[in-house]
Amino acid sequence: MNKITNNKAWFLVLPVFFIVAISAIIPLMTVVNYSVQDIFDPQTRFFVGTEWFEQVLGDSRLHDALIRQIIYTLSVLFIEIPLGIAVALTLPRKGWGVSASMVLLALPLLIPWNVVGTIWQIFGRADIGLGGYVINMMGIDYNYSQNPMDAWVTVLVMDVWHWTSLIVLLCYAGLRSIPDAYYQAAKIDGASRWAVFRFIQLPKMQSVLVIGVLLRFMDSFMIYTEPFVLTGGGPGNATTFLSQFLTRMAVGQFDLGPAAAFSLVYFLIILLVCWVFYTVVMNAGKREEQ
Amino acid sequence: MSWMAWTPITAVFFSCIILMLIGMGIWQAVSPTVPRRGFLPLTTTRGDRLFISLLGAAYIHLGWLAFTDLALWIGSVIALAWLIIVMRWG
Repeated sequence: MNKITNNKAWFLVLPVFFIVAISAIIPLMTVVNYSVQDIFDPQTRFFVGTEWFEQVLGDSRLHDALIRQIIYTLSVLFIEIPLGIAVALTLPRKGWGVSASMVLLALPLLIPWNVVGTIWQIFGRADIGLGGYVINMMGIDYNYSQNPMDAWVTVLVMDVWHWTSLIVLLCYAGLRSIPDAYYQAAKIDGASRWAVFRFIQLPKMQSVLVIGVLLRFMDSFMIYTEPFVLTGGGPGNATTFLSQFLTRMAVGQFDLGPAAAFSLVYFLIILLVCWVFYTVVMNAGKREEQ
Repeated sequence: MSWMAWTPITAVFFSCIILMLIGMGIWQAVSPTVPRRGFLPLTTTRGDRLFISLLGAAYIHLGWLAFTDLALWIGSVIALAWLIIVMRWG
């Protein structure tokens, strides 16, 4: 059979190519150029080879920020994904409750990052904030600006509050796409609630969960605004994550070369994790289909 | 383009990447890739193997800079060997 090919469709891809080139490829190339030079101003720059890479790879403060970041991102995923699935499973399937819960769940997603930080900064304060006041009333000595553990928990809870809705909405969309015939077949077979979840709902949610986990991974791995507003990276460096460390280096100290080298290392970490995750999940999906 | 702060080495680096992508495009047009399974634990197309080898090469260079004091070109030779091995047997 002769397949008709129409390559004119490629011209339709050109606008996207130009947008991606301007917004991603050219800046990335510039960062690579910066990472091998010591730049004082656009005219005064010196080639330094791999010196900045060696410097950032051996920087213990960066290692600490990376470990903190990994623990934070894993905590976010371990809390938000199961919680999001659990909430999605309990949502109503028809009636006015659907619209009401959708609106309620979408609310935190509509709030800008810096406003979320400000809300939680006030909410967590023991003197004027409801949350901080109530926790202290219960006899727990809570102060996120002085105690590193309190700061950690506050940043984590803030993220869970802000972003679990995204997972819920994605999972709910996945659940709604399951035809009733599947549930009827499961009922006839006498499948347990767990079996229905494991063999019908979870596989059907897989593709949306991949998107959800990837979005939450990338977003939490480059979190900046909320901890910056809430704790400023403190107390000490307790909540200084990679983005904040990078911003301090690039904008605060104006060390453009090391900051560019660090950005590339950061980019490679995200690229590797996303690729591994995507490949593993997609291959698991193919195996299940077979 | 001066704001992009080009250096001869980075220009050569990106030219190689672009030439590699153009070459892969032509190769694909001439003889389309067939997904296959080599020593890597997954079925890959030619493009997948190029991506894996380039990502691996970047990590080999980073590891070299982080853990050794030896000359970088040795790491580059290892990365090149990795690229050839993955493209041929991956």
